[in-house]
Amino acid sequence: MSHTCSEMRKGVAGRMFDSLGDERKGDAMFSNKTLNEVRQGMKKWLEEVKGFTSDFPGKRRFSTISDLDIDPIYTPENITGLDFATSIGYPGLYPFTRGCQATGYRGKVWTFRMFSGLGGAEDTNQRWHQLLAEGETGLSTAFDFPTLMGYDSDSPKATAEVGKCGVAIDTLADLEVLTKNIPLDKVTTSMTINPPASVLWAMYLVAAERQGVSWDKIGGTIQNDMLKEFIAQKTFMCPPEPSIRLISDTIEFGTEYVPRWNTISISGYHIREAGATAVQELAFTLADGIAYVQDVMERKKLDVDAFAPRLSFFFDSHMDFFEEIAKFRAARRMWAKIMRHRFKAKNPRSWWMRFHTQTAGCSLTHQQPYNNIVRTTTEALSAVLGGTQSLHTNSFDEEFALPTELAATIALRTQQILAEETGGINTIDPLAGSYFVEALTNQIEDEAWEYIKKIDAMGGMLAAIARGFPQKEIATAAYKFKRQVDNLERVVVGVNKYVAKEEAPIEFLKIDERVEAEQIKRLQKVKRTRDNRRVALTLNNLRVACQSDKNVMPYVIEAVKTYATEQEICDVYREVFGEYQDPGFY
Amino acid sequence: MSTERRLRVLIAKPGLDGHDRGARIIARGYRDAGFEVIYTGVHQTPQQIVSAAIQEDVDLVGLSCLSGAHMYLFREVVKQLAEKGAHDITVIGGGIIPPEDIPRLKEAGIREIFLPGAPLEKIIEWTKENVKPSKMPI
Repeated sequence: MSHTCSEMRKGVAGRMFDSLGDERKGDAMFSNKTLNEVRQGMKKWLEEVKGFTSDFPGKRRFSTISDLDIDPIYTPENITGLDFATSIGYPGLYPFTRGCQATGYRGKVWTFRMFSGLGGAEDTNQRWHQLLAEGETGLSTAFDFPTLMGYDSDSPKATAEVGKCGVAIDTLADLEVLTKNIPLDKVTTSMTINPPASVLWAMYLVAAERQGVSWDKIGGTIQNDMLKEFIAQKTFMCPPEPSIRLISDTIEFGTEYVPRWNTISISGYHIREAGATAVQELAFTLADGIAYVQDVMERKKLDVDAFAPRLSFFFDSHMDFFEEIAKFRAARRMWAKIMRHRFKAKNPRSWWMRFHTQTAGCSLTHQQPYNNIVRTTTEALSAVLGGTQSLHTNSFDEEFALPTELAATIALRTQQILAEETGGINTIDPLAGSYFVEALTNQIEDEAWEYIKKIDAMGGMLAAIARGFPQKEIATAAYKFKRQVDNLERVVVGVNKYVAKEEAPIEFLKIDERVEAEQIKRLQKVKRTRDNRRVALTLNNLRVACQSDKNVMPYVIEAVKTYATEQEICDVYREVFGEYQDPGFY
Repeated sequence: MSTERRLRVLIAKPGLDGHDRGARIIARGYRDAGFEVIYTGVHQTPQQIVSAAIQEDVDLVGLSCLSGAHMYLFREVVKQLAEKGAHDITVIGGGIIPPEDIPRLKEAGIREIFLPGAPLEKIIEWTKENVKPSKMPI
């Protein structure tokens, strides 16, 4: 077969350049003769198996967790018309079905990035150092709810929430403690923060500056994706229009001053966790991405290639092994097409969809919690085989509370075992060419395009959100899934089947109630020792900037430097832009 | 003709937590089972929930919290309902609730806690058995 290999190699070289040029329909992968043989063979096979079992292919329905029907077997007939060069191709080349990086994990293994934050800044700094010592390669910040919502720890709305779901950050002083002895020029940091993203990012920028690290040397991500908040996660502050403006401000600022920063992480994760199907997760995320790109181009008059390479994405990896792999492959291919054809981006980097993945929190069960380690493992493997750039693996105890150190370490080790022991990294996009995976990739892509067309017809994602379209679609999918689980149409081990009569309680993490009081004390100390006149002045300058069409970032940075609190800055946003109320669709 | 009106249920999300998948599923489940349902949306203070419950004259308040703040928020709702003389409104809860917190919540007057995975049928059955429309039709 050696001649085949050399032909293949020649083919690679020949097509490398072609695939960057015009997207032309190439040859189908299978000849008509082959397809005819396959059809006849299939007929014969179905006849034969009928003799063995009368109900083949089965009375029972076989479907993915997202409710897509799956055939008993897949053959070339399921992917007729699929052209190798334009649909599958090569890693690092358009349409990037096989990955953005030409060398896959052989060049660089995905980043082990564990979402982590608890209690006060000092507690989290300790946990970060421990995770880095254990071989974690990137940081990821979980904030508590008051921080996520733009309230200080001493706000009445923060009562009983401080430090519970993540770390409490009120001022630059907290962020300085959080990043203490973390080399910000070497480690990249992701911050899961949305309405107050500009504020937390400003704090990080100032903290880096004070460490002596210039902005062109730091790398990381702010989630900064508000559309999915209105759709799914519901961490919102201002209405959609000004929210988008703040996002475009950060994208513009990053493009100019912080070139290695991902100023947005367009997120499907929360959409999926709210109950969406894989197709909905993909479609709504891409539609959000389209809205952001459009806004930056229109509002900021930036060339698409100036900022598009820094757009990043974030997906869920759920229980259905192949569906997830197909989703990841379809996602890259679709974004490449969107950027190239819809937005006419010319730089191949603008066509890249780089993404982080988190295993599905909603698949974890509090029943028999150790089973969650197994769930997380297969979900993580889907993400790896789907070519994620970065991964968080959930801890088995997260149905109870924030993870203990032991649980977080097992989750990290899960990634390390996948990377070091399974051989999953040896070849790039190992499932390419599987009739099933290619067919499913196509199907998910086709169905996601249908949604995008619908949303376009409504006038784009902002208009769709205003009508509650994605919200209601997700609510319906979530309800249907719940019904299926209740009816035993879908099995969740330990929940509706293989239920244990009695379960031994597990140890889980409790956040000391003193955290709240201590954090409030720290905040009050900062408020006493700062120059309140400078604080008021910078806040006022920010207010004026918000009322104009100036970029707010320089003003937020100035305010942060005076130790203005997160809420003081967000109150300016709330005052100028108003507050969004949940329409409560269900 | 029955003088009993349909049960009125308020599903509420107290606190800053936005995880509303469970709350929305429960709201739909009650609606499909023939209850009258009001869903508050996310980010409600205990005060807002209590005044909605009284204004809407509901028989049951279902609270959902996944942020770990349930001990304060759930008990606060019960306390404020009592302060307003609305003892007759049954309060139940769900979400990420550690097992050891359940007896303490019940002691405080939260009648039942349903954990993730609880079938809708079970919740609805429980409601039909334990909550009776106390008032005459309006």
